Amino acid sequence: MIIAEQKGIEELIGILEGHKDILVVGCRSCVAICLAGGEKEVGVLSEALRLHSDMRSKGWNISEVTLERACEKEWAYELDQLVEGKDCVISLACGVGAQVIQELFPDVRVVPGLNTSNMGAPEEQGVYNEKCGGCGDCVLHLTGGICPIARCAKSLLNGPCGGSQEGKCEIDPEVPCAWDQIYHSLEKLGRLELMDVPIPPKDWGPSRSGGPRKMVRSEAILTDEQNRMKGGKR
Amino acid sequence: MRSGSNLEKVLEDGRFAVTAEIGPPRSADPEPIRKHARDMKGSADAFNLTDNQTAIVRLSSIASGVVCLQEGIEPVIQMTCRDRNRIAMQSDVLGASALGIRNVLCISGDHQVFGNQKEAKNVYDVDPVQQLMMFRKMRDEAQVWGGDKLEEAPKLFLGAAANPFADPFEYRVRRLSKKINAGADFVQTQAIYDMDRFERWMAQARELGLHEKAHIIAGVMPLRSHKAAMYMKNKVSGMIVPDAVVDRLRTAADPKAEGVKLCVEQIEHLMSIEGVHGVHIMAVAWEEIVPRIVRDAGLLPRPSVREAIVHPYHS
Ligand code: SF4
Ligand code: SF4
Repeated sequence: MIIAEQKGIEELIGILEGHKDILVVGCRSCVAICLAGGEKEVGVLSEALRLHSDMRSKGWNISEVTLERACEKEWAYELDQLVEGKDCVISLACGVGAQVIQELFPDVRVVPGLNTSNMGAPEEQGVYNEKCGGCGDCVLHLTGGICPIARCAKSLLNGPCGGSQEGKCEIDPEVPCAWDQIYHSLEKLGRLELMDVPIPPKDWGPSRSGGPRKMVRSEAILTDEQNRMKGGKR
Repeated sequence: MRSGSNLEKVLEDGRFAVTAEIGPPRSADPEPIRKHARDMKGSADAFNLTDNQTAIVRLSSIASGVVCLQEGIEPVIQMTCRDRNRIAMQSDVLGASALGIRNVLCISGDHQVFGNQKEAKNVYDVDPVQQLMMFRKMRDEAQVWGGDKLEEAPKLFLGAAANPFADPFEYRVRRLSKKINAGADFVQTQAIYDMDRFERWMAQARELGLHEKAHIIAGVMPLRSHKAAMYMKNKVSGMIVPDAVVDRLRTAADPKAEGVKLCVEQIEHLMSIEGVHGVHIMAVAWEEIVPRIVRDAGLLPRPSVREAIVHPYHS
């Protein structure tokens, strides 16, 4: 899932300068799970903004809504009526959702209410760890199911650097060394010999380095006929 | 000869090598490097120029290496994977070779959180194993990574770093093996204070025959006070400094003299270990002590296996 956290209220208030009719939009997917942009957070932020508006006579009209999944046009279109007459949307969806909303409603300014951070997983309630760097060419089968790209501070591919001590990464005694974890995972799997296999320089072409990525699954693309059958929804 | 460097000749001759470290200044003024070069000339076979060590911006290692050549001493330039992608690395190694630099130490580099550019984006396009693969291909096959031909191959003596004090301990030697298979001709280790652990590490290296595949140069770092020892112990990543070392410096009447004595004892011990082909002295911010340590360790004069250095800068 996508891990994100809310921007500070001060920063958000600065961004809203000059706006009046504001719609706060959340998302029930990833950002709800990481407690950044679900229905509850939308309510709390909206209330805080109303309070600020009253105290500082900003005259803001704040309304709120939470989408099922902001990154899918089908769901994001539900804003169709709600953005009517608004001059700003605060997106509490991730950076993806924010862009989808802006694309669908090009006349309203969409501002980010979240800082979108990474692809990760909840460790426990309130704790989220980055897991995948989206490199486009997965090597988890070689690394005991632990990602060296996202989990190693240097994205090393051939074992731990000289800063790995007692299972910790050199950058911070709180951060586990990914390569120490990989070693012990491979040990448990009985595949330690993989630690000796040299991995040549990686092709970063399928990663962000190759430019923005577009994936086309031709068999899934609907024909005109199918689109017509599907009806109204765009 | 792969590169014809002085260091390569000393090692290939089977002589016990001495290398020493020079930290480039945080300055555009090359004078500090010239001074270190003059102070240390003749007391080591080659001199490492660190590459923005601990991620602090300093005069570049290649430029510092050229200053060393001008002063008539041989450089080992360090090159981190932190700051360059494969394009810059290969380009820089061609440039270094063109300028007369032969020895290149391939390292991952301290993470930028340690330095004065904490907000930097790091690179890590390749890791040190891959860096060695690339440079060996350039040297031995006259090809850049991907196969395009080089009209003139760089002349390189390739080095790798090894840290016997990092974890998992039982993997460290196998990691070194990976680096040697990838192209490392010589290896410089992290500073050694825990001799027991180093001996166990060397035993594993000999078991894999690594001491015959590459020249292992053992690192030492003279300490001028117990405070310096405490700093190394607590603040520098990947170091082990036993309490006995700290105590010895704390209780010494003359800590500096004790530091020199300790370092000389360490070198003598290291010389007795099978497979150790040299010693690398990292006298951080204490470079002027190197000649005395080398002398006291009985390692002078340095062998003059190299013909007079002839290069465009020699005045
Ligand atoms: S190897 Fe690449 S695709 Fe696989 S988890 Fe890591 S970043 Fe993601
Ligand atoms: S200590 Fe481990 S996780 Fe940290 S940079 Fe080194 S290898 Fe990567």
